[in-house]
Amino acid sequence: VIRIVLPAHLRALARVDGEVQLEAGTVREALAGLEAAHPALRGTIRDPVTQERRAFVRFYACSEDLSHDPPDDPLPARVLSGEEPLLVIGAMAGG
Amino acid sequence: MPGVRVLVGTRKGAFVLTSDEGRRQWQVDGPHFGGWEVLHVKGSPVDPDLVWAAPSGGWFGQLIQRSQDGGRSWDPVGNEFRYDGVPGTHQWYDGTPHPWEFAKVWHLEPSLTDRDTVHAGVEDAALFKTTDGGTSWQELSGTARARHRLVLAAGRRRALPAHDPAAPDRRAADLRRDQRRGRLPHRRRRQELAADQPRAALGGDPGRRRRGRALRAPAGDAPVAARHAVHAEALGRHAHRRRGRLLARGERQPAQRLRLPHRRPRPRARDGLRRADPERLHPLPPDGRLRVYRSRTGGDEWEPLTRGLPQEHCYVNVLRDAMAVDRLDECGVYFGTTGGQVYASPDGGDSWSAIVRDLPAVLSVEVQTLP
Repeated sequence: VIRIVLPAHLRALARVDGEVQLEAGTVREALAGLEAAHPALRGTIRDPVTQERRAFVRFYACSEDLSHDPPDDPLPARVLSGEEPLLVIGAMAGG
Repeated sequence: MPGVRVLVGTRKGAFVLTSDEGRRQWQVDGPHFGGWEVLHVKGSPVDPDLVWAAPSGGWFGQLIQRSQDGGRSWDPVGNEFRYDGVPGTHQWYDGTPHPWEFAKVWHLEPSLTDRDTVHAGVEDAALFKTTDGGTSWQELSGTARARHRLVLAAGRRRALPAHDPAAPDRRAADLRRDQRRGRLPHRRRRQELAADQPRAALGGDPGRRRRGRALRAPAGDAPVAARHAVHAEALGRHAHRRRGRLLARGERQPAQRLRLPHRRPRPRARDGLRRADPERLHPLPPDGRLRVYRSRTGGDEWEPLTRGLPQEHCYVNVLRDAMAVDRLDECGVYFGTTGGQVYASPDGGDSWSAIVRDLPAVLSVEVQTLP
């Protein structure tokens, strides 16, 4: 079971408090599980048609930016063990 | 007890303002979807408790939310807007081809007859329709074929549907009016629409299909908000293109500038406002003065309405979808500003007061008249 931390907007949309926990081994599986568990999140983290990550959404774990890694790469071991969360971050932009 | 519900979309959420028939005391509820840019909120004519909203954001894309209790609670519905076929490219601002891609929903237009049917006008310009309560959205095939002409014609990349109760698929009539204004190829456009629309909606009343009569006469008192929205959009396009001229001329020659489609006086429908007046009320802020102009002569003569509106140092704007009217006997008029004020007039524009003053910038205002 991995832990996923969502930004506040998406927590409110999915009506969850705190972290989301689900079974996943990759970012793609994590997103699929997230959308299956919370259909309201469909289209918010990745484009519903292209499945590409939205430009201002980033994935971090273990102080590493996973945003540009292939979505089928295995998540870091500490994420898979539940020690560290997978962070979904809305990028800071603007002034 | 009759009342009104004003649905306000802002840069950072949606607000629901409710009042009784007197429209003096207001209850403000919100923000809903805090932090999301809500371009449009609109209630269903079929069911007053059924309200649709279109929150979007640069980060998390487009949402469509539906409330079945008059805006107190909301549930997300389908938000996948997939263009029909291969969308191709259109001309970008620098003249280069640019891939056609969905950006956001600008306007939702619930059906006048079916609670599960809604049209959505989107950027990049297209019209989508749901017939299953928002679960799925399909692009209308006629608009799909005309995409490139829509974008070239409008000069913008969005489409806004609107309904007239006299013509349930008034979207077709809107586009026909665009044709008359030289924005779309006429004959071919009609053929394309014919694939989607009932003949009656396309053709309208033959007696009224003459030049200068863009819309069919409204039935009863129903069309106000939607019809107004059409013209607010037209004004908005005008403002985008020729802003300085619009402001400079606004007070001097508003009638000529607006080029309204109805030329002849028509019977009064209500105290204070003529039946078609909502199309002719346009707040403008020239010289730091916020005014609403009203015509009682079919657009030939205009009077500024100022009582209760700031008349100095006011430089807010009113965006294209941010004005509406209710259907009560003494017509109420409402508009929102980029300064976050929502003004209401319960007496057809004679006097105004702010319902709220410090909301985020107002993007849209719609009104429901409650039974």
